[in-house]
Amino acid sequence: MTTLLELDEIGFAWPDQAELLDIPAFALERNQSLFLKGPSGSGKTTLLGLIGGVHKAQRGSVRLLGQELGTLSAGARDRFRVDHSGYIFQQFNLLPFLSVRENVSLPCRFSRLRSKRACQRHGSVSHAAAQLLEHLGLAASLHERRADTLSIGQQQRVAAARALIGQPELVIADEPTSALDADSREAFLQLLFAECRAAGSSLLFVSHDQSLAPLFDRSLSLAELNRATRAAEI
Amino acid sequence: MYLLRLALASLNNRRFTAVLTVFAIALSVCLLLAVERVRSETRASFASTISGTDLIVGARSGSVNLLLYSVFRIGNATNNIRWESFEHFANHPRTSWAIPISLGDSHRGYRVMGTSQAYFEHYRYGRKQALRLAEGRPFGEDIFEVVLGAEVAKALNYTLDDQLVLAHGVATVSLVRHDDKPFRVTGILQRTGTPVDRTLHISLAGMEALHIDWQHGMPARGAARIDAEQARQLDLQPKQITAFLLGLDSRIATFTLQREINQHAGEPLLAVLPGVALQELWSLMGTAEKALFVVSLFVVFTGLIGMLTAILTSLAERRREMAILRSVGARPWHIAGLLVAEAFCLALAGVLFGLLLLYLAIAVAQSPMQSHYGLYLPLAWPSTYEWSLLGGILLAGLLMGAVPAWRAYRQSLADGLSIRS
Repeated sequence: MTTLLELDEIGFAWPDQAELLDIPAFALERNQSLFLKGPSGSGKTTLLGLIGGVHKAQRGSVRLLGQELGTLSAGARDRFRVDHSGYIFQQFNLLPFLSVRENVSLPCRFSRLRSKRACQRHGSVSHAAAQLLEHLGLAASLHERRADTLSIGQQQRVAAARALIGQPELVIADEPTSALDADSREAFLQLLFAECRAAGSSLLFVSHDQSLAPLFDRSLSLAELNRATRAAEI
Repeated sequence: MYLLRLALASLNNRRFTAVLTVFAIALSVCLLLAVERVRSETRASFASTISGTDLIVGARSGSVNLLLYSVFRIGNATNNIRWESFEHFANHPRTSWAIPISLGDSHRGYRVMGTSQAYFEHYRYGRKQALRLAEGRPFGEDIFEVVLGAEVAKALNYTLDDQLVLAHGVATVSLVRHDDKPFRVTGILQRTGTPVDRTLHISLAGMEALHIDWQHGMPARGAARIDAEQARQLDLQPKQITAFLLGLDSRIATFTLQREINQHAGEPLLAVLPGVALQELWSLMGTAEKALFVVSLFVVFTGLIGMLTAILTSLAERRREMAILRSVGARPWHIAGLLVAEAFCLALAGVLFGLLLLYLAIAVAQSPMQSHYGLYLPLAWPSTYEWSLLGGILLAGLLMGAVPAWRAYRQSLADGLSIRS
């Protein structure tokens, strides 16, 4: 198994604030699903920002696919992020004024690599989007509807399809199930696992809901990883 | 290109504000173009108040003054000129026609002009249009006949064969009236949109008859009075007139003849070229139209500020939209480009809709404008100048778009992908 994502001696603080993250080591293997437990305010969104290359750590290194993010320019980081990772957020993930299929196709509009991969596998971006949506249980009749006419659960599956289109190596999910009830939560996760496997993507799943942890290959707690919070607790 | 589609879709999602914004811009664009068009047409119609006349000749004064009283019926002549002078130049070998003008009387605020048949034949206005009678015939059979301008007839409600009494002088109150010699309406002219509409035309003989028994600027009394019937029997050859218009056989002769008139030995005369004098007069009146233009420019500016406000207000509620776009790979400059595209779309729609409004307004107002103000607004494509105004508005819209673009750029850098809240 090769390493997909590697964090090494990361330190990050917002301007004029105490250090929020101090992570000596963190790694995610390819094709692995990882549950990262973090209550709100623990810095998990900031951590995802670092992994996505939106924020830059003051010290240490973030390596995705062996590429040191800190050495890239801001524009190159943005391009690298969209080429190799897909995001699912808590809720309100979609652009309400676009159709479901257009929402799913969005990453291919900004990433030539993902557009190419989608075409290679499904013939066209729009076909790829339709396939993913159907795998995630959204019938073709819904594909041309405005995104905000769907239920929350359906919207989260659309967001998942969007994160997966063009087979990025990494899918990052930030509390995607918090708006769903317990039953649909697990169903959603099973679909997500299946599609991640099919796409060959690793899944980094951040949540405060410990009950989901057993479903994953590995589970970690951000509080244990992060020396900054441990120091604060002591 | 995809950014433009996104911008349009996002605008469509906020279509109520978008439509209002577009409407505000469209109204201001329409106003600006309407002002511009009326302005250029007014100038053109002002310049065509008189046309086809090569020289205007009067007693020596200023050229604007001469133009004002002889063509616009404003102000008074400083002096009259002798009939001999008129005859001299009317019979000049280069002259093809001459129209005598004799002013000084009025009727209920409208000026009376004594002239000859040549006036109806040779006077031209606008695009070399001749005067035409709406009803009746020119004066001529009797000396106490009057031809009314269209506005005089309409405002005072005169019809053919009505009798009217002229007053001496041009003030509006306490005038001595020529009530012993009433005039009969024989003709009413078609509307021209020029001062001709506000003029009563009588023959020079009629003008002479009115004043035949006057001495020292006062009407005669008692036995010295000459009534209309007696006047008809007298020699009514005028001794003086106020001014005259000349048409020459060739344009080249204009300057030669102008010099000749200005150096006339008989009495001090002044000959002016109508075009030159009109230019001079317009330069005096140009300030008002410039002010109007500036005001409408500010209205356009206000419309664009409205757009800026609408976009800036929407930014706060669209942070999530921006963050989603960032998470699917849009770079901050994409976000900025999206807002510039949005501003451009709004401005473009405003300009196009404004043009549409303008053409609708012109189509509706064209004929009333022409008949009431003599202003012909052509339903023509925008001129080069108007295109450049429209281009300027679009450019201003783009520049305005840079403000929210810059804010969104900063905002999306700071927000990153976090779309909580």
